[in-house]
Amino acid sequence: MSEDISPVLSVKDLKVVFSTRKGEVHAVNTINFDLNSGELLGVVGESGSGKSVTMMSLLSLLPSPPAKINGGTVSFEGKDLLKMNQKEIRKIRGGKIGFIFQDPMTSLNPVFSVGFQIMEPLKKHMGLTGRKAQDRALELLELVGIPDPKKRFKDYPHQFSGGMRQRVMIAIALTCNPKLLIADEPTTALDVTIQAQILELVRDLRKKLGMAIIWITHDLGVIAGIATRVIVMYAGQIVEQANVDELFANPQHPYTQALIETIPAVRGERTKRLNSIRGQAPTTLIEPHFCSFHPRCDFAFNKCTSINPQLIEQRKNHLVACHLFEDKEVAVG
Amino acid sequence: MFNYTIRRTLLAIPTLFFISLALFLLLDLAPGDPTAQLPLTIPPEVREKIRLALGLGEPFHIRFLLWLEQFFINEPLHLLTELTGVDFSGDRQRVISWQSRSPVMDIVVQRLPQTLWVVGMSYVMGTIIALPIGIISAYRQYSWFDQIGTFVSMVGFSIPTFFTGVLLIVIFSVHLGWFPSIYDTTHVVTDWGSLIVQIKQMIMPTMVLALYNAAQISRFMRASMLDNLNQDYVRTARAKGLRENVVLLVHVLRNSMIPVVTVIAIGVPTVFGGAIITEQVFKVNGLGQLLITAIQANDIPMVQTLTFIFAVLIVLFNLLADILYGILDPRIRYE
Repeated sequence: MSEDISPVLSVKDLKVVFSTRKGEVHAVNTINFDLNSGELLGVVGESGSGKSVTMMSLLSLLPSPPAKINGGTVSFEGKDLLKMNQKEIRKIRGGKIGFIFQDPMTSLNPVFSVGFQIMEPLKKHMGLTGRKAQDRALELLELVGIPDPKKRFKDYPHQFSGGMRQRVMIAIALTCNPKLLIADEPTTALDVTIQAQILELVRDLRKKLGMAIIWITHDLGVIAGIATRVIVMYAGQIVEQANVDELFANPQHPYTQALIETIPAVRGERTKRLNSIRGQAPTTLIEPHFCSFHPRCDFAFNKCTSINPQLIEQRKNHLVACHLFEDKEVAVG
Repeated sequence: MFNYTIRRTLLAIPTLFFISLALFLLLDLAPGDPTAQLPLTIPPEVREKIRLALGLGEPFHIRFLLWLEQFFINEPLHLLTELTGVDFSGDRQRVISWQSRSPVMDIVVQRLPQTLWVVGMSYVMGTIIALPIGIISAYRQYSWFDQIGTFVSMVGFSIPTFFTGVLLIVIFSVHLGWFPSIYDTTHVVTDWGSLIVQIKQMIMPTMVLALYNAAQISRFMRASMLDNLNQDYVRTARAKGLRENVVLLVHVLRNSMIPVVTVIAIGVPTVFGGAIITEQVFKVNGLGQLLITAIQANDIPMVQTLTFIFAVLIVLFNLLADILYGILDPRIRYE
């Protein structure tokens, strides 16, 4: 897939399980993907499909126990993040890889000033202190579009609106010029106008700073507007992966097709009811040896209940994990 | 913040006035006769004269106003006289104990050091022990440390101090003979040897109360830490690449201390009055013991003064807790 450029991040066979009272939940099952520099990879899926867990496990941010990484490699700049000790991984967190979280209302520490929270990683990773750290922090606040940064520097999170707090979170994630920014549903908790502003800001920053971004969301509309490539996840597995235009023009997997059909049309007839996918997302108490989507799939046949389909290249740069396409794959070659 | 403090302090004045009135009314309603402990051979008419001499013949409001004058004007003036050597008080009447006929405040000042040494020390010790236990218990939830910690604090919380006190006396005084079972208030620390004697006699009462206080505070600390450890900002702090001890002791602790500081501050007044039972068990003649004997002897001025001092302390430390709250939590703004 990526013969020309070596990827920034390469995830291979990643498995994450959670031990619960009912047994082990297989939250992430054998995930493989690459991320090229400057790319904006969108990750979509329902709640509980393992999007966030996958990304958090890259930096060992999951509480362990109950989470356990059950094998796989995550290479970043030629090193395996999963084999690093605590000290090494801390240098990556906030230094080389920045994180933005879902709820800006609770993601900032309420008792410390915004300036303090931005300067913390500056001290930690870049050794900046005093005046220099403050200047850089002000520069970052300016960069993420917070008006009058000097005045807001000493303010506390509760004095900011939701959108402004998310901008502060982005500033924190960008403090040390990360190679990669992981955004975990950063606009889900914001209203639509603020969401549009944040999307615009991220698009802008990507152009300016040239970092790769992983954008987790369950909103296909957001993905269509911002991503270059998309991964669709279901029950801890990648079911489809393609460039954004290709995915929306030619969705292959029945799940992706169903997802796209659920997007309500803004124009056109209003009489139509909202589409939904029947059934519930499964809990993965057993490691699937079948297609996890088969109970909800209209095209399921015998093979779907007995063999877990592998992700295969069905068209150029378009990977699908579905038994329906296995013959075609041979034909395309 | 400053205005808030001033306003709250001023508001405390009417509060305390009503508390003193309520206390006075309550004590007036209480049964008992201040002359009851005097010999039975005293004829009834003499007994009545003694009552009148104590001021009991006056109507209620006069007695209350007299007490107010004695406590709020005469006592401070007397204190000023003591401190400066200039005579401010003249022959103004101080609050006098009916039992000993000596000024109430003088007795309180005599008893205060014992209470502060034993009970105050136990509160400080309890807090110092409790905070790290609470923090570690929460951080390593369900570890063996946490299991032992929560078990011990449950035991400390549920077993009354008169039981642990007597138990310690049986073990360490009777069987092992390490520590004295009675606290000697006349003991004066002059050199190393006498200091060791002082420490020895302090250990048991201090331990009994420290266990109780630590049990309470460590549970609060643990619960508060657990509340905060799952917050999103903790994940943010980790994602910034901060070390675990910074995450825990800077980010989580500051938030967790907000409710705990209130609990600790509000608990301080109990130091002065709450350790009544332990003081009885170890024969420490501190303030708690003073209050008990005063109640038994119907020494109304003493009881009134002591309970009012406790009330002042409670109001004061509530105010202090509120101010600390505002300092720790920027979301609380007092304007």
